[in-house]
Parts: sequence; C-alpha cells; structure tokens
Amino acid sequence: MIVGVLALQGAFREHQLVLAGLGVSTCQVRKPGDLQSIDALIIPGGESTTISKLLADFELFDKICSMVEEGLPILGTCAGAILMAKEIEDSTLPGLGLMDLKVRRNAFGRQADSFEEDLPIPVLGEEPFRAVFIRAPQITGAGPDVEILASYDSQIVMARQNKMLAATFHPELTADQRFHKYFLSL
Amino acid sequence: MAQKGTWTVKTGLAEMLKGGVIMDVTTPEQAKIAEEAGACAVMALERVPADIRAAGGVARMADPTVIKKIMEAVTIPVMAKARIGHFVEAQILQELGVDYIDESEVLTPADEQHHINKHAFNVPFVCGARNLGEALRRIGEGAAMIRTKGEPGTGNVVEAVRHMRLVAGEIRRLSNLLEEEIMSAAKEMRAPYDLVLKVAREGKLPVVNFAAGGIATPADAAMMMQLGCDGIFVGSGVFKSENAPARARAIVAATTHYNDPAILAEVSKDLGTAMPGLEIATILPEQRMQDRGW
Repeated sequence: MIVGVLALQGAFREHQLVLAGLGVSTCQVRKPGDLQSIDALIIPGGESTTISKLLADFELFDKICSMVEEGLPILGTCAGAILMAKEIEDSTLPGLGLMDLKVRRNAFGRQADSFEEDLPIPVLGEEPFRAVFIRAPQITGAGPDVEILASYDSQIVMARQNKMLAATFHPELTADQRFHKYFLSL
Repeated sequence: MAQKGTWTVKTGLAEMLKGGVIMDVTTPEQAKIAEEAGACAVMALERVPADIRAAGGVARMADPTVIKKIMEAVTIPVMAKARIGHFVEAQILQELGVDYIDESEVLTPADEQHHINKHAFNVPFVCGARNLGEALRRIGEGAAMIRTKGEPGTGNVVEAVRHMRLVAGEIRRLSNLLEEEIMSAAKEMRAPYDLVLKVAREGKLPVVNFAAGGIATPADAAMMMQLGCDGIFVGSGVFKSENAPARARAIVAATTHYNDPAILAEVSKDLGTAMPGLEIATILPEQRMQDRGW
C-alpha cells in the first residue's frame, strides 16, 4: 500500500513521518502523474489559498476528484478539510468539493486564538486525542450522509463520509498514531 | 482547558507555512497581489529592505494602521517586523493580533546586547541566523521559527546560501560527535547545551528553517529549497521587480517544484527584469544588515 501525500505546500512531511512510523509507504504528490500508483491520498494542513492555486495551476483538481469518486480513500486536515468541503463560506476559493460539508476559514480567529486541547474522539478509543488547532476552520454544516466523529465547543471538528475523512485540527503534529490508523482502516 | 500560545501551537503555524513563500508587502494592494499569487503569508512593513537600505537612518516597526489595513485585506497569515531587542514594539504587534513577529535585522537594532525574551509572548517569533550557534541562541530565547539572514535588500542570494550551507554543515558535524564532545561544541558555538545535544541526536534544527535575504528569482528560491530550507521569504525581490504578480507566482511555483528543472525552466520565462542587485563587496561593513544581532 502506498499513501500519496499532496506536497504542494504545508505540513506534508509530518503526515509522511506518522505513516512511516506505522510502516506504511508514502509518496509526495505534486503533479497528476504522481497520483498513478497511490492507494489513498492525504491533503495536509497548510495555507488553503496557496494549495488551491497550485492544484489549479498544475491540473490536479479533476484527476483527484475522479479518483475519489471511484473510491480512493482521502483524508484532509485543516486546509485539506477546507479543500474537501462542498461549500466554503464567504469565499470564492476553488476547492475539490468532495464532502457534503460547509466550512468557514479561520473561524476560530487568528494565530492568537490557535490552541491545543484534549478531545474525546470515540472512534479512536477511550483515551482523549491531543488536538492542535492552528488558525483552524470550522465545519458549520454537514449533509445527511456525513458522520460526525468529534466536536469541540459544539463545533464539528472531525467528520467522515464513506472513505472521506476530514479534521479541522492537525493529527500530524502529535505523536499519537491512532488518527492515521483509523484513516488506514477505512 | 484549551491551551493557547503553547510551543506546539507556535511551532505549528511555522509547520503549516512550509513549502510556501512569505512576501514583504507595504500596502493592502500589494498584500492582495501576494495572496493572489499564492503566498502562504505576508510580511507587513513600511518599506522593503532595498528602500530601507537606500534611505538610511533609523528603520522601525511599521505604523499600526498600515499593519491593520494589510490584516484586513487578506485572509492568509500576516507577519510584522520588530527591531532586535525592542520588546515594546513586539508587545504592540502582539496587541494588534499579527500572526508572527519577525525580530529583524532589517530594522535598526534597539538593543545591542539583548534580543527579545520571546518566551514571554503568546505570539510566535521568527529570527534570522547566520550559523547554527546563532540559530540555537534565538531558539533558546523562544524563537519558534528560524530563517537565514542573507543580506537583505540586495537581490543577491550569496549570503543566504552561505548561511544555509553553514547551518547544514554544522548540523552534519554535530551528528558525528560523541556525547562527551557535545559540551565543548556548545561552548565553541556559544549555544545552549540542551539544544546542541538535541540537534546532535536528531540531525536537524528543532524548528522550521526558511531562506531569507537576497532571493530574487524562481531559481534562487528553488536553490535554497534544494539546500534544505523549509520555505522562502522574499523581501524586495517581488515588488522591486518589473512584473511583480508574474514573478510572485513564479517563485511560488518554483518553491513547490524545486526539484523539477522542467517546471523551473517553464516558470522562469518572460518575467521581466528582476530587481537590480548589489554586489556584497560594495556594501560598507557598517551597512551590512546581517551583522546586526549576535
């Protein structure tokens, strides 16, 4: 199994390190050709406007969308979650529009409001998960096919729709492997 | 309890900026051009380094109104510069809500002996370094991100290359030392022992390291990335060039595709004239910005 990590900008190496710790091979995806032999895809945290522009400039949008429609498991964290949502509030940012989610960028505020918190996530087990939120978005709405996996302060922060998984926090910034194990099990 | 301003949260934002380009901007309009080109953050300041160099005199933190307007103009992170050692400028920038503070040698230092105690702030700091010892001293003071100093405002990448090669070489050397040799190495490089030990064990800096100071072309950006930098600061290189939007976009693409000569050749085409460069040897020693701070 090879997990592709979108490597246009952001914390892609951290996802690769977590997966390497789990003994899973990864490759960096920057061009459509890099998508060919992957069995799952991760869109990391980073700056969503930057990643969106590079997705467009290097013609990755269509190929990723068609592969996910054919069943490729995909994980988006923070900026990745924004790009996977069908609707981005108050924004003309082009996204992948894969998950039936509505998101709002920088909804918790600027860096001064970035935080970390022990988050109960039942699908990951009893032990809370240390969730790091960096200028994080909020998921402000979810369609009927979306399963809410975690919330913080009555805001959805982790959600799943079939083999698509989105989180507004950064599981790649902590040593806890449970989140990535869960993604690989989808 | 939600914890804000922690080390993970401070270094975390720097992790998210990796592989991206942070551009100096002086107006909301320039900030929008930078965002539109794909910058992962902007640095709000009153004048770009080339103009600071030309104007001479004392360079200070930008007017809060300028910084606020730039923060309102874009949705990407906004950084701003404080003078080395000027902890009150830093307090003001934190109050304004900027996302990162650059304690920068581009501005005139306010303290020749002491840098800001960056642990005392919730907002994260980035600092410049010419070598590993300097990088670790800044991290010891609380910097959550490091960049090369280079020689700002010159459009000449040679000093950034020197600083990056030096840091990488010193890390390689440390990795080969025996544990009993670490204290002596820490003494030589005048850096905190525990940080020197950490670098020796892990073979890398404990925080993100960007390139800065003299980057003017897509090729410059890609070269710094190939040398191991995590991302790029472009100061005067964008808005002192002939076609800022095109050059900005090209530098963003080159930073992502730094290992792909075909794409680098493509994005380097038809960008107009780069900023006029300065030969380092023509700069009087007292006007070298990189020698500010220690």
